[in-house]
Amino acid sequence: MKIAVLSGKGGAGKTLVAVNMAAASKNAVYIDCDVEEPNGHLFFKPEGLYTQNVVVKTPELNPSKCNGCRKCIDFCRFNALAYIGEKIKVFDEVCHSCGGCILLCPQKAMLERDRVIGRIETGISHNVKVITGILNTGEASGVPIIRRMLDSISEEDTFIIDCPPGSACVVMESIKDADFCILVAESTIFGAHNLAMVYELVGLFDKPFAAVLNKYTDDDNPSELFCSKKHIPVLAKIPFDKELGELNSNAIIAVREKREYKLLFEELLAKVYQEVRP
Amino acid sequence: MGLIEAMSVVKIYKGRIEEMKIAIPVEDKAMESRVCISFGRTPFFLIYDTETNSSVFLENSAAGSQGGAGIKAAQIIVDSGANAIITPRCGENAAAVLKAANIKLYKTVNDIIADNIKAFNEGTLSLLNEIHAGFHGGHL
Ligand code: SF4
Ligand code: SF4
Repeated sequence: MKIAVLSGKGGAGKTLVAVNMAAASKNAVYIDCDVEEPNGHLFFKPEGLYTQNVVVKTPELNPSKCNGCRKCIDFCRFNALAYIGEKIKVFDEVCHSCGGCILLCPQKAMLERDRVIGRIETGISHNVKVITGILNTGEASGVPIIRRMLDSISEEDTFIIDCPPGSACVVMESIKDADFCILVAESTIFGAHNLAMVYELVGLFDKPFAAVLNKYTDDDNPSELFCSKKHIPVLAKIPFDKELGELNSNAIIAVREKREYKLLFEELLAKVYQEVRP
Repeated sequence: MGLIEAMSVVKIYKGRIEEMKIAIPVEDKAMESRVCISFGRTPFFLIYDTETNSSVFLENSAAGSQGGAGIKAAQIIVDSGANAIITPRCGENAAAVLKAANIKLYKTVNDIIADNIKAFNEGTLSLLNEIHAGFHGGHL
């Protein structure tokens, strides 16, 4: 079972929910796809880490073969190539490694070379296997790292996928194979706005999903209103609670600390299982 | 600086470099239009020839690019044969293209085209030093 946890903006409680869900299950694999700013590992403090580099294929010019026809430049829709002083310059960080220019060059002047764009760290934290994707700063796209992490997924375990915030292609890559999506939203107008954003995104994928409302109070709740309007089931309401906030800001996993949170997240997990396999 | 002196500065320039073409990102295809605040996303580039005082407006086909707009826009400048660009801002990738092509980067004095050309001719423009980080989260 693969459960993707997402939110429109960072700071809505996405990592809180993902980390605690993983900690509340018997055995889980937590995958941090927020590769630009992974912070799940700060909570889990995984041990026995091992690291793999993630490489992508990047073009490199063999200047003696290039005749300056510029076909490669016109082709590259990411504008990663420029022609200056009778040479092609490749902007590595802008290149998306589609390989197109290498295939297309009539002179076979583009060679392929491996380039490290980031790494994957894997470790253990009690009942949770923690997999963290880390994109090197300045790199354009974390998609290759996310793809590599999710390729290693098997069917049996519970996988909690902590998605990047927003709705860019890294998010789509992260939820592509998920069985269920959890949209985390704060209980404010901004929260509702961000919720609407991810709501549209999961709609594109035709996946079962539900919401979790964070910092829940009895006051007016624009996010809850949005859910009832759109008939989005709300699977959990995480109370606005000072203690939880403190645990969270000290990177402590609430589920491992307090029984009431253990129950809350166990119940959330049970409900997700209900939704997927009734 | 008096007019005669200013003209002699231009002459020195002319003596040194036969043809001087400067590029400026502009809002519209007219000399009365304003300098555009964005380099990569500007709708047009003015290519001004200080030798002949002639101006050509090039459409910036990079303006609608999803990513790498700066690189593509810089390519347009390189291909135009300009020797210098006067712009309020420039991203690091675009600057890399321009510098590799030996195109000098100057900072605009204000958003009025004529003022910037005048300042260029008088040699009072300063080089553009702050180059902003080019590619952060802008892609889809
Ligand atoms: S397509 Fe090949 S030959 Fe043509 S400019 Fe690009 S690298 Fe050079
Ligand atoms: S591999 Fe694709 S993205 Fe990279 S430079 Fe070539 S065409 Fe552009």
